[in-house]
Parts: sequence; structure tokens; C-alpha cells
Amino acid sequence: MATPTIDAPRSGKVDVKYTRRKGGKGNFEMAAWLFMRLSGVVLVVLIFGHLFVNLMVGDGIHAIDFGFVAGKWASPFWQIWDLLMLWLAMLHGTNGVRTIINDYAERNATRMTLKTVLYVATVVIIVLGTLVIFTFDPCPAGAVTDLPSFCTAK
Amino acid sequence: MWSWVGHRITGVVIFFFLLVHVLDTSLVRVSPEAYTAVIGTYKNPIMGLGEAGLVAAIVFHAFNGLRIVAIDFWKKGNKYQARLLWAVLILWVVVMVPFLIRHLSIVFGGH
Ligand code: HEM
Repeated sequence: MATPTIDAPRSGKVDVKYTRRKGGKGNFEMAAWLFMRLSGVVLVVLIFGHLFVNLMVGDGIHAIDFGFVAGKWASPFWQIWDLLMLWLAMLHGTNGVRTIINDYAERNATRMTLKTVLYVATVVIIVLGTLVIFTFDPCPAGAVTDLPSFCTAK
Repeated sequence: MWSWVGHRITGVVIFFFLLVHVLDTSLVRVSPEAYTAVIGTYKNPIMGLGEAGLVAAIVFHAFNGLRIVAIDFWKKGNKYQARLLWAVLILWVVVMVPFLIRHLSIVFGGH
């Protein structure tokens, strides 16, 4: 006999007329699949660097206070680093949680509700985090405690 | 199968942590005092252990994520998937041991 053929997943369970979506969505799931892998590889570098600099160097986690954050975000290098990390991690995490909701929430209404909450939270966190990184002032007027050392030079 | 369960659980845990992490870091925009005060409440042994657990979860998710990428894109990835899981676990130990020594001595060193 010739080589056996293997049917596509679900092809026995789902009538072919339902397996192709008509119009609209294009290859979104394929793009999301690829994005999970690409963002994952970049996140390894961003997150391991983040953890090393914040937890391992110098006094480690004990050194973290306002002055520590201000000292980092005074430099565009860490602003861009953290901005990229914020966007990639949030989009990667949101897409991952979206998959999990699709897997376990079987009622349509439950799935819709959970995903709506998820997307609202994602937008709020990304917008908030981005605004904080870009509107941040390392030497706020009137503040006295925990300022980075370069503030007094002004 | 268990690597998948572990990947899924660590993914969700990291996601919820990240939501809180962005919120507390945003306090730098409120005032230096607000930020330093809230971060100060994290500086105790219980949070220190929580941080260690969180890093353990991230390191596993990261290495296992790279394993998933290898299985999907590398020709021999499927054949070696079990051995790659061992590599993930060994790398996890190799990274976690020095991390824990450093982090826990900072947390419990009390300076
Ligand atoms: C450190 C680098 C990271 C790498 C290499 C990585 C890699 C991956 C990969 C390859 C997947 C599988 C996607 C799929 O099956 O289509 C995945 C899933 C996931 N990731 Fe990550 N990831 C990383 C960081 C993160 C972070 C920071 C978060 C949270 C904000 C996160 C949350 C998730 C979630 C929730 C899933 C879904 C799990 C599932 O469907 O079972 N990951 N990750």
C-alpha cells in the first residue's frame, strides 16, 4: 500500500464547512503564534538583563528606591529597554492568557466577559506604563527624600 | 505534558505579577515618598521568598519557552524534545543556585 495519509486535526469531528472562517480575520492566529515565539526570544534578553541589573548588581534588591529608578530612567537606554519590555511582555502575556481563556471558558458569555476584562486591563497597564516612562521627572520640584545624587547639581 | 502544565501556570503567575509590578512602579510618578514607602513594605523575608519563587517561575518559563521555539523551528527539535527538557531543568538549576545564594543573602543579610 501507499504511504498512509494523516488527516488534519479535528477533521473527523468538525464538518469541513465549519473549519474555514469566511472573510475578515485573515491569518491572525498564525501571526499571534509567531509573535509568541519572536517576543519570547527578545524577552529572554530584556528580562534577564532587567533582573540582573536590579537584583544582582551592587546592593541588589535592597538598593531599590525612588533614587534607583530615577537614576535608571534618566538615561534613554533604560527608558527604551523598559518600554520595549513593557509592550512585549504585556502583549505576549495577554495573548497567552487569551489562549487559556479560549481553552477553559466554554460558555460564550463567560469567554466574552473574561476577554473583555483582560483587554481592558492590558490597555490600562500599557498606557499607564508608557506615560510613566515618558513623563517621568527624576528630580521633581519640592521633593526632598531619596532623590538621585545628580539632582543636587542643578 | 507536565512541562506544558508548568509553562501555562508560570505564564499566568508572571502575567498577574506584571500587572501589579507596573502599578507599583507607576508610583514614581506620584511622589518619591509614595514609591519608596510602598517598595519599603516589600523589604522583608516573606516578600524575599516570594521574589525568589517568582524568579524561579520566570527562569523556567523562559528556558522552556526557548525549548518550544527549538521544537517548532529546529528540524531535529521534535526528536530531541525530551533531552531538551533535561537541558531546561539543568540550566534552571545552574541559574537558580547562584541567584538564590546572592538574593537570599541580600534579603536575610539585613543591611
Ligand atoms: C522570558 C521570556 C519568555 C519566553 C521565552 C516565553 C515563551 C513562550 C512561548 C514559546 C509560549 C508558547 C506560545 C504558544 O504555545 O503558542 C509562551 C506562552 C505563554 N507565555 Fe511566555 N515567554 C516569556 C515570557 C513571558 C512573560 C513575561 C509572561 C507574562 C507576562 C508570559 C506569559 C505567557 C503565557 C500566559 C503563555 C500562555 C501559556 C499557554 O498557552 O499554555 N511569558 N511563552
